[in-house]
Amino acid sequence: MTAARRPDNLPERQGQRLTTIPRDIDGVEQLLAGQGYVASRALATVVFLALKLGRPLFLEGEAGVGKTEIAKTLAAALDRRLIRLQCYEGLDAASAVAEWNFAAQMIAIRTAEAQGGADRDALKTELFTEDYLIERPLLAAMRPQPGGAPVLLIDELDRTDEPFEAFLLEALSDFQVTIPELGTIKAPEPPIVILTSNRTREVHDALKRRCLYHWVDYPGFDRELAILHARVPEAQAALSREVVAFVQRLRHEDLFKKPGVAEAIDWAKCLLALDVISLSPEVIADTLGAILKYQDDIARIQGSEARRLLDEVKRELAPA
Amino acid sequence: MPTYPDLPLPEDGKLAENLAHFARALRKAGLPVGPGRTLDAIRAVEAAGFARRDDFFHTLQAVFVSRPEERATFAQVFRLFWRDPRYMEHMMSLMLPQVRGVAEERAAQAAEKRAAEALLDGQLPPMPETGEAPEQIEIDASATMSAEERLKTLDFEQMSAAEIAEARRMLARLSLPVRPLVTRRSRATPAGRRIDPHRTLREALRRGGEIARLPRKAPVTRWPNLVVLCDISGSMSDYSRMVLHFVHAVANRKGQGWARVHAFTFGTRLTNITRHLRARDVDAALRAAGAEAQDWSGGTRIGQSLHAFNRDWSRRVLGQGAVVLLITDGLDRDDAGLLAREIERLHLSCRRLIWLNPLLRWTGFAPKAAGIRAMLPHVDSFRAGHSIASLEALGQAVSDPGDSGEKARLLALLRE
Repeated sequence: MTAARRPDNLPERQGQRLTTIPRDIDGVEQLLAGQGYVASRALATVVFLALKLGRPLFLEGEAGVGKTEIAKTLAAALDRRLIRLQCYEGLDAASAVAEWNFAAQMIAIRTAEAQGGADRDALKTELFTEDYLIERPLLAAMRPQPGGAPVLLIDELDRTDEPFEAFLLEALSDFQVTIPELGTIKAPEPPIVILTSNRTREVHDALKRRCLYHWVDYPGFDRELAILHARVPEAQAALSREVVAFVQRLRHEDLFKKPGVAEAIDWAKCLLALDVISLSPEVIADTLGAILKYQDDIARIQGSEARRLLDEVKRELAPA
Repeated sequence: MPTYPDLPLPEDGKLAENLAHFARALRKAGLPVGPGRTLDAIRAVEAAGFARRDDFFHTLQAVFVSRPEERATFAQVFRLFWRDPRYMEHMMSLMLPQVRGVAEERAAQAAEKRAAEALLDGQLPPMPETGEAPEQIEIDASATMSAEERLKTLDFEQMSAAEIAEARRMLARLSLPVRPLVTRRSRATPAGRRIDPHRTLREALRRGGEIARLPRKAPVTRWPNLVVLCDISGSMSDYSRMVLHFVHAVANRKGQGWARVHAFTFGTRLTNITRHLRARDVDAALRAAGAEAQDWSGGTRIGQSLHAFNRDWSRRVLGQGAVVLLITDGLDRDDAGLLAREIERLHLSCRRLIWLNPLLRWTGFAPKAAGIRAMLPHVDSFRAGHSIASLEALGQAVSDPGDSGEKARLLALLRE
């Protein structure tokens, strides 16, 4: 939540500033590509629709396929503030919308008392003003921002419980939040809302119905290679091809947790840090922890299995 | 819903009409598509334009699909419909069996119902019709028991048809009490341990800033999920049918705990029967479950089935502190190494793993089978599940985190 309170977390960019939303799907593709995000046509289409129609975008998919990244990329590309609401079990309205600053209010009461003549009604109206309000992500997203409506990222929605989902309905369908003491606060311009879920449980249909839905799949070989080029440009082309082919091959294996694109990028960075030029069974054994995160999976792949997969990958790549 | 300006639709309205037809076709195929989505689709198509066929596809998919498993159905309907809408009516009737997975809310049509009944007859083995089991000798010792008490301790396998019917009525009244979990949220309560600053301030304001008392708050509790994995292979079929009656009773009892009850059956393959158990009538529920699970009274591949569960379902249903009830005799002919790995993974993913084994009713039971030896070290609690009394006692295993049932005794046997 600290990120939400820091509007200057946008990376520096060169070139022209695109602050208006693109006019067609190609425009979205170019916009995202400009930030190093290689999107599939399907993803570019839903992003375009979300921007154009002002509807929240609900992204589901395995971990590490770039769901959260799309929000960060959009915020950077459109030069908007990114407001992130990280969901967790037991997340409540107070920590999602706004909280009163009790300590400051108490001090205000005491001060008024000490000065004498504390008018009860005046005190009441004075205490419940925005001065004593601590803004949380949802309220911050409803406020007008200098660069235009912010990007609101509601991350890992499946980690919260149903009551919070129900609470989100008001915020996402009318783009307004209600604080009992202050009343309803409506966004002058609807924020760009992106919700993500790893599908550890099913999110209620009422919420999905208000959103555009997209299932983010693992990318194919060419697109994953393009992603790796965009994200780790310093890696040699040959190494990148091997990394992508190996990771793609791993996804066909029967693993508890298949490696995502994020893991492929991490792995490529690890290999670069080790000055590796080409994959070998020893290198894979040493760095397997970057792509596989469960002991069962590592035990399964380590050793002869890794050697076999690597041989297959090298054979596949050789004629090309 | 946000409000939109009027749509600049073409006068002849062909697009809107076609999209409405398309939405109806999707609805028929089992997708939950309401009129609101049709309007959304028209707006989305207006926004995205018709430049490319795949854009058109993605646009409509973004609006009409809301679950990954609906994508295949959508793609099929899309392909058929936008080729020539007139074929649709005809094609729908051919497609029905493939889209059954998402079609549970659709009112069954007469012809399909007949077809389903025809299918069911072959797949759900009939209940034993005659009471072939006479009075058991071991029951003579308990002559002083009432009929109900006797029935409670009687083995499911030895019941007559009438006794089974009576036992089912008793099972339907049974519940599985559970302790709630503590969450991070809090609610106001006079005896709470923490001070509630919000209410303290509000009360103080009412008294002009004077703090007369400190209102308190306590954490809110919530109920955990229950996941049932039930073996329906040949050696288990009598038990599993009774246990599924019990699971149905637990799943449909309101206000007794358990946020959600997920149920899976496995023999040679894993089947999710959760949505069938939601039918209020237990017979309808089990019939639907029986039709879905194709492997009743077949062989057992516990390791493979657990593997399928771990891979496809564990992250989706075990996320929030779920308790897993595994009902199997543990007689597995497959690789014991695979079974040990998968049961360990299952144990690591859930809050509590309880194994019900009907074989435990034999006093001389010893964990000799390879499957049982592989699984035993990884369960939290090991109990019998052969009679109503043993299912009643299950409540203790669930609510007492320290309960391990017969596990310690059997582990000692294992070491000998």
